[in-house]
Formats: sequence, structure tokens, C-alpha cells
Amino acid sequence: MTKYFKNFIKYRYLFWEIVRKNVKLQYRDSVLGIFWTFLQPLLTTLVLVLVFGRVFGKSSEGVVSYPIYLLCGRLLYEFFSQATKRAMRSVSNSASVIKKVYVPKYIYPLANVGSNFFTFLISLLVLVAMMAYYMIFTDTPLHITPYILLSVVPILVLLLLSIGVGLILSVLTVFFKDVEYLYEVFCLLLFYMTPIIYKLDQLDLKGWVSLGLKANPLYSIVSMFRSCVLFGEMWDWNWLYYSLGFSLLTVAVGMALFYKKQDKFILYL
Amino acid sequence: MAKTAIAVDQVSVMFNLNNEKIDNIKEYFIKFVTRKLRFKEFWALRDISFTVAKGERLGILGFNGAGKSTLLKVIAGVLKPTKGSIKVSGVIAPMLELGAGFDMNYSGKENIFLYAATMGYPRRFTESKYDEIVDFSELQDFINVPVKNYSSGMRARLGFAIATAVEPDILILDEVLSVGDAKFRIKSEAKIKSMFEKGVTVLFVSHNTDQVRRLCNKAILLDKGTIIALGTADEVCDIYDEKVKKK
Repeated sequence: MTKYFKNFIKYRYLFWEIVRKNVKLQYRDSVLGIFWTFLQPLLTTLVLVLVFGRVFGKSSEGVVSYPIYLLCGRLLYEFFSQATKRAMRSVSNSASVIKKVYVPKYIYPLANVGSNFFTFLISLLVLVAMMAYYMIFTDTPLHITPYILLSVVPILVLLLLSIGVGLILSVLTVFFKDVEYLYEVFCLLLFYMTPIIYKLDQLDLKGWVSLGLKANPLYSIVSMFRSCVLFGEMWDWNWLYYSLGFSLLTVAVGMALFYKKQDKFILYL
Repeated sequence: MAKTAIAVDQVSVMFNLNNEKIDNIKEYFIKFVTRKLRFKEFWALRDISFTVAKGERLGILGFNGAGKSTLLKVIAGVLKPTKGSIKVSGVIAPMLELGAGFDMNYSGKENIFLYAATMGYPRRFTESKYDEIVDFSELQDFINVPVKNYSSGMRARLGFAIATAVEPDILILDEVLSVGDAKFRIKSEAKIKSMFEKGVTVLFVSHNTDQVRRLCNKAILLDKGTIIALGTADEVCDIYDEKVKKK
């Protein structure tokens, strides 16, 4: 165990170099550069509000503003889907290095989640800006309480979940390229399964369907985040227990899978 | 007796040829159901044993498919041997073929730091070597240009400059001295020779026996995964040259 720890300490520079590289390269050659980190979620939220605002936006009138509600969910979902997708491709994309130099291979999925986490943190400023805008220019009630500081917790749980899922996917794609295409479809499904554009109690679902939607760990994480940022109240503790448990389990499975299969990567890359 | 840098002990590597490139589920499933997942064994290396003392320069000769690259992969620690064991003491710097570790959209300067980090060197260390690397590669005017715009010779120069500047204990050179123009070839040979004095251990793969004679003091000749000759560079090169003539 200490051997692995020492190895990570030695290669932590590689971790930071890859994070740095991904962040730097993401918007290089674009005119607006890093500004896209704000602009992109803002514009996509605008589109979603235009499309779904009439259908789902009504019930939240007077309670919270629908665009902010939507932005909260979308930011978290976008981080999860981007980070896991990048992590998924990271090992096969680094084939040329892995074939020649010894590097601890888990650095690649980890660093790709890391760089996405960095841009995600920057993009949270959009949320801050939007809330400020609503506070100053509209009379939609905002419920800003000290609970907003607790929003760090769902974000960290989400980070953990992304690492776990990213590790698992990166192993699977080395052996089966199909996973990449399947996961693309799965992410679309996940977008609609997670209450991003709607509220779960709005749909009036019963029994299995409702249970199925609630089994999605993103549901718990997004709900926790909204509790403390939007509604200014404590979350339902079951959300935390469930999502944290789920995330730790995926990390454990991911690590075990990675450890068991990493020596075979080179034969398939 | 000098310290051992690399000890290769009865190493064998086996590949499952049929099993090697099934990369989609459908194919796997069909083969699984029809029980065509046969294992056709292919031994890329059989029972290889040798040691390299610190400061020795070992030439590795052999025709295509003899197992040279597999052997280097095992020594570099990328491939686990099916049988046997490897002991390596010190930092290994592999010279990647034409800068395989570079990110094409990244500039030369940024790639220097990325590449060094891949070998496990901290950023501060690379900064102290930065000028030396740029000088040696002669890329001062192009160092902020993305590597995708480099010629293959320029990439090789940069890769060589980094791998040698970090002062590794063991340097793996896989047919890299055959790229670049004559001027750079002479310069890089001189650089390697200067590293000999610092006691670097070199593994040198080449088809050019003249180069092996010049640079190495020991050599092995591989054929179909086994060592068929082991001795001084001159002896082994003679055997290799003879084999070439026969074919």
C-alpha cells in the first residue's frame, strides 16, 4: 500500500501537468477563450428555458426562479457527463505513451476528471452572476442562508462519483470500444432521468417509476445542492447517505477493476 | 565488480494471438458462443537471461519480429513478463519514437514539461534543464509553435534533447539515431558519448552495426525470441553481418 502511495507522490507532477494541459487546450484557438466556460452553460440554459419554460416553469413561479433552478441541475449534470466521458477516453487516448513508458495508468482518468472539475468550479461563477442578477433586478425570492456553504458537500460527492464512474469506464473502453457509443446514449437518458428541467413531484409518478428515478445518485446530489443553494434549507439526510454510499462503492469497484486489468491494457491498446 | 543496472532473469513473454484484438462486444460474444476463443500461443520471448552492469552500453540486434521491442517493453516496465523477473535499478528514460509522448496541439515549450513529467520529473527540475534542452534541440525560434507544425526531424530532436537532458540512469534508444540530418546525428552521438562518462547505462536498438560497434561495448543478438549470441559488440556484430549476407 505504501508502495502505491509513494508512486503517486512521485507522479503527482504528471497529474498536474495533464490537468494544466487539458484546461489550457480546451479553449485554445477560440476567440473568446476561457470565457466560453461561462457562456456555454448560460446559452444552453437559455435554450432549455425557452423550450421547457412554459411546460415546467409554471409551478415554481413565486417560489424560485426557473432559470436558476435549471442552471443548478445543468451545471452539475454537465460536469458529471463531461468528466466521465473524458476519463473514459483518457487511457486509450494515451496509448502511445502507455506503450512506451511506465506510468501509473490511473493518473489519466484521474487527471481528466480533475481538469473538468477545475472548469466546473469556474463555471459556478455563472450561477453566482445569475443569482446576483435576479436579486438586483427582479423580485423573485431568493433564499440565501448560511446553508449555502454546505453546497461544497454535494459537489465533493459528485467529484467522487465521477472518479469512480470514470475509472470503470476507462477500463471497459480499452477492451470494448462499444462502451463509448453506449455511454453517449446513456448520458442522454441520464439527462432526462435527472430532475434538471422538471421537478420530480411535479410529474406525479407512482411506485416503481418514481423509485427508479430516485435510485439515480445524481437525483440525490442535485437535490442536495438545490436544497442549500436555492431553497436555503437543510437537505434530506437520506440523500447524502445514499449518494455518498453509491459514490464510494463505484470508486471501490473502479479501483479494483483498474488494478486487476491494468497489466492487460497494453495488449489491447 | 560494477553494480548491476538491469538483471533479466529467465524472462518469457507469451501473447494469445487470437485473443489479441477483439475490441467490440459483438465479436467477443460471437466468438464466445461459437467457442472460437481459441488461444493460439505465440512466444515473443523465450527464457531470456542477461545482466547489464551500471555504465555498460548494450546493443540489441535482431531482424524484424525477433522480439527487440518486446524486450524493451519488458525492461521499461510497460509489459509484464509471462514468466521470469526483471530487476532495474535507477530511472529509465525511454526515447519515444518520434516524440510519441507529445501532445500535438501543445507548443514545444509546454511539451518539454509534459514529457519530463511523464518520466516522473518535477516541474522545477525541468525548469532548471529548460535552457539546455532548447539549446541542444536548436528549436529556439519554434519553441512556442504547436508541435503539430514541427517536421518529424524537429520532433525527434526535441524528444532526444529532453530524454538526455534529464540525466537518467538508464537510457533506452530504439532506432532513434537514424532520424534527423547528418549534423544532428553526429551531435547526438557525441552527446551520448558524453553521457557515458557520467556512467549512464544505455540500451541501444539498431540495425546499423557500424553505430553499434561505435557506441556499445556489449551486444546481444535476438532471433525468434531467444538470444543466439551474447558477447562484445564486435563479436555479435560480426555474426549479425554474416547472417545478413546469407539472407
